[in-house]
Amino acid sequence: MNTLMPYLIIGAIVFTLGIFTILSKKNAVGILMGVELVLNSVNINFIAFAKFVDKGLNGQIVAIFIIILAAAEAAIALAIILNIYRSKTTVDVTQMNEMKN
Amino acid sequence: MEMQEVLFYAIAAFTVISAGIVAFSNKIIYSAFALLFTFFGFAGLYVYLSADFLAVTQIIIYVGGILVLILFGVLMTQKIYDTKALTAHNSLWLSVGGGLFVAAIIAALLSKNVWLAGTPKAFTPTTEAIGKAILGHYLIPFEIASILLLGALIGAVYLARAEDKEK
Repeated sequence: MNTLMPYLIIGAIVFTLGIFTILSKKNAVGILMGVELVLNSVNINFIAFAKFVDKGLNGQIVAIFIIILAAAEAAIALAIILNIYRSKTTVDVTQMNEMKN
Repeated sequence: MEMQEVLFYAIAAFTVISAGIVAFSNKIIYSAFALLFTFFGFAGLYVYLSADFLAVTQIIIYVGGILVLILFGVLMTQKIYDTKALTAHNSLWLSVGGGLFVAAIIAALLSKNVWLAGTPKAFTPTTEAIGKAILGHYLIPFEIASILLLGALIGAVYLARAEDKEK
């Protein structure tokens, strides 16, 4: 609890689960959830380094910018997903192959 | 063991298990609700890392904003009672292989343990320091982030609006 390593291990486990989610889900919203898991695990790494290694608060400020980017990314991704759903009535990413060939 | 430490490991297990439910659940709506508990678990861990401002920001933005958006996306794009469409996954071996590859890289990095971990800083309220840093040393990234948010706002409205121009 008062060392760096437990936080890094939690971050690593959640990062791996996020990558697994991105690879395994076919639903585009599920892939978005995987991206959120990855961003959260990166955040906890930054904040742990801000507490244990860095002298100032730089890690926490980087984490704030990551949260801003995650919010913008979720809004844009869901707008795109809703648009695709309206034109194709599916959110299965393996069915989206209009630009192939 | 102290009470604090027991609580820390309880929160850590809670976070990891709910993240596992997000990854392995067959129904997308279960994943969405497990993601809620993952975000709360991360907020608890931020409190242990003496990041009080970020813990509250995590709850407000992730739970109040991003998770609600994701639930909107789930409910608007799925017939949630249609179980056949929900169990579709890519091949398990490919996903497990990719996950194990990433896990091996991270484990190799963590086992080296190259970071000079100093003594952990004592808890001080961080809100004032973060405010001063954002409006001082980090002013340009802050302004760029505001432009990015404006662009995301306009872009999301433009992308998701009803297509009635061509008629």
